[in-house]
Amino acid sequence: MANIERDEVSGTDTTGHEWDGLKELNTPLPRWWLWTFYATIIYAVGAWVVYPSWPTLTTYWKGTSGYSSRVDLTNDLAAQTQERSVWTKKFAALPITEIAQDRNLQEVAMAGGKVIFADNCAPCHGSSGTGAPGYPVLADDDWLWGGSLEEIETTVRYGIRGAHDDTRVSEMPAFGDDYLTAAQIKSVAGHVLSLSGQGASSAEGAEVFENECAACHGEKGEGGRDFGAPKLNDGLWLYSSAGDDLIAQISKPKHGVMPTWEGRLDDVSIKQVSIYVHALGGGE
Amino acid sequence: MDNTPVEDYQPETTELYAKHKKIYPQNITGYFRTLKWKVSGWVMAFYFLVPWIRWDRGEGQPDQAVLASLNLGRMYVFNIEIWPQEVYYLTGILVIAAIGLFLATAMAGRVWCGFTCWQTVWTDIFVWVERKIEGDRNKRKRFDAQPWNFDKIWRKTAKQAIWIAFSLLTGAGFLFFFNDAPTTAMNLLTGTGSYEEYGFTALFAGTTYILAGFAREQVCIYMCPWPRFQGAMFDEHSLIVTYEAWRGEPRGKAKAKDLGDCVDCNLCVNVCPTGIDIRDGDQFQCIGCALCVDACNSIMTKLDRPGNLITYDSASNQMAREKGLPEKKRVIRQRTISYSFLLAAVAGLMAFGLMNRTELEINVQRDRAPLFVQLSSGEIRNGYTFKLLNMVNVPQTYTLSIGGLEGAQISVINIAKDPVKQVTLEAPGDEVSTFRVFVRVPRDSLDDRFEDMDFVLTNTNTGEVIEYGARFAGPDN
Repeated sequence: MANIERDEVSGTDTTGHEWDGLKELNTPLPRWWLWTFYATIIYAVGAWVVYPSWPTLTTYWKGTSGYSSRVDLTNDLAAQTQERSVWTKKFAALPITEIAQDRNLQEVAMAGGKVIFADNCAPCHGSSGTGAPGYPVLADDDWLWGGSLEEIETTVRYGIRGAHDDTRVSEMPAFGDDYLTAAQIKSVAGHVLSLSGQGASSAEGAEVFENECAACHGEKGEGGRDFGAPKLNDGLWLYSSAGDDLIAQISKPKHGVMPTWEGRLDDVSIKQVSIYVHALGGGE
Repeated sequence: MDNTPVEDYQPETTELYAKHKKIYPQNITGYFRTLKWKVSGWVMAFYFLVPWIRWDRGEGQPDQAVLASLNLGRMYVFNIEIWPQEVYYLTGILVIAAIGLFLATAMAGRVWCGFTCWQTVWTDIFVWVERKIEGDRNKRKRFDAQPWNFDKIWRKTAKQAIWIAFSLLTGAGFLFFFNDAPTTAMNLLTGTGSYEEYGFTALFAGTTYILAGFAREQVCIYMCPWPRFQGAMFDEHSLIVTYEAWRGEPRGKAKAKDLGDCVDCNLCVNVCPTGIDIRDGDQFQCIGCALCVDACNSIMTKLDRPGNLITYDSASNQMAREKGLPEKKRVIRQRTISYSFLLAAVAGLMAFGLMNRTELEINVQRDRAPLFVQLSSGEIRNGYTFKLLNMVNVPQTYTLSIGGLEGAQISVINIAKDPVKQVTLEAPGDEVSTFRVFVRVPRDSLDDRFEDMDFVLTNTNTGEVIEYGARFAGPDN
């Protein structure tokens, strides 16, 4: 039961309720506050009329202003493209080496390349080019096909064992297919490990290496970039340096495939991502 | 507890919404009115003049002494140039302002509200215009009540015109703190300003017009959060505007005998900008402007009675006087000491920061992926994104080397392809320069997975050496 009293000090009635001895004054709101509230309602009704709002059975009220967030987006994108054209034109016109020399263009390439790399390259090569077994590390200085800007651009553009006519192609023979005996393969694997200081070589292994491997991988295992033949004399391995894995790779080699990016990425994007990859740490 | 309903009280129909009662503050002269005009003058001078002070910063730099440029992303205060990275200076100023407000409130009550708050200052000016055109309190009341005639029309029009003009001036004045003042003023006057310039001028002019012309005390009573919690800063030694009821009551006609000093002339109510009666005691609507003190003193002087019946004094002093005890001024007390100490600490920290503010800031971020890279040569290499923030408009040249890591060599993309002991980095003036820096060391010089090292920057002109601590990651050994 409401027990409304008059507060002596303020002359205002209480709300009539009491909570643990506390009573609340029923102070009226200022009337302009109410007008402000009405004004917001009127504004809302106006907004329904002017802007897209109520759904109808088949369509919706499009508003008298014809506003559409999709049109906004299209305009924004067009404006963005227009704004970017200042440097996209330069990217298209200049060779990649000159782009990388220009400090401003280099910064643009790094920012754009980072996004392009994360979207397209990172699934195999890892974020920031950390690599994975079978997928080369892009942050170190060990390159299969070359680490200069142009070489990286060529690799990105045409791919490795990809679909393009200009793609980089090489194939290591399967030495296990009646080509070398199991014993020979085992001894040459030992020799390969010895090139990077792991274990001892053998006369047979050295001989097999010279006959079968040195043509591509080099006399001392220094690698051959013309064929994408990995260096064998450093501690870095594309697949694995474990004995069995090495024997398996010699017997029946795996061949990684990198897709041709031309046609999937535009020219400007390819140049950007190439500059980004070059700057990951391995660029020559 | 007695919860029996009071049967004899019949509440009136309570209105949900209260009609606004227009307040007609009467003009008064006196000590506090003069003080208020002086403070208003300073606030006005600060607001309207400061953006016009020029300060030469050299070619291609803004020459406005105080400018917070959103376009350039810089805040200029005379010879100080603050970058967005140093927003903590702004935070510091806000913290100082807040604690300063607490301290002022603990000492002297609502001095901010009554004297310096822009709502008060601008309202004062709007009311002054109103009074000059429509007359003082009683005249204005009659004027509003009378039917429309030529006199009323032109006076009301003139008042609104001056209000609007002053509001527009205020609105434009706000922009000058954020854009070059002469250029923006010319843009606005010649009609060549941008939508933003006109839009913001209209926005601030509109709020000034509404808040100072119409809302006035409603802002203090209903909108402002500060009156709601400033009670926490008060104690019995804080100065407040208060009525000495023990001396004034019972109030009554001056000639009547055996009454208090208050002659119930109502002048204190008439001059009040928020329309309250201070004799009802301390109220949250009171902004502490002390105009009622001026009003009461003017009457007491005429009647040759002791002044300060309405007084700007502490509650404890008033109680002491009432009981005939000696007054005690306690300016220094735990509350004011705490606020002063906090204020000094923050101000000291800011001053220390500003004095030791380097003109070069270094930001280094070590690559997280990969943590480190093993090179063909067997060396271990880490990559860093290295940023030099040259905060002066003078290009600088630095040499970068590594300290604390044996056999370390540096390569920098596009600057030093092959690893070297030392590289030269150019930092153009007033810019952020970003470098990709790689540091490599032989594997055997690493003992731990993480080694501490220093980037050592030497300014080639001044020879100044700056060391920046960083870490180097390697494999498990």
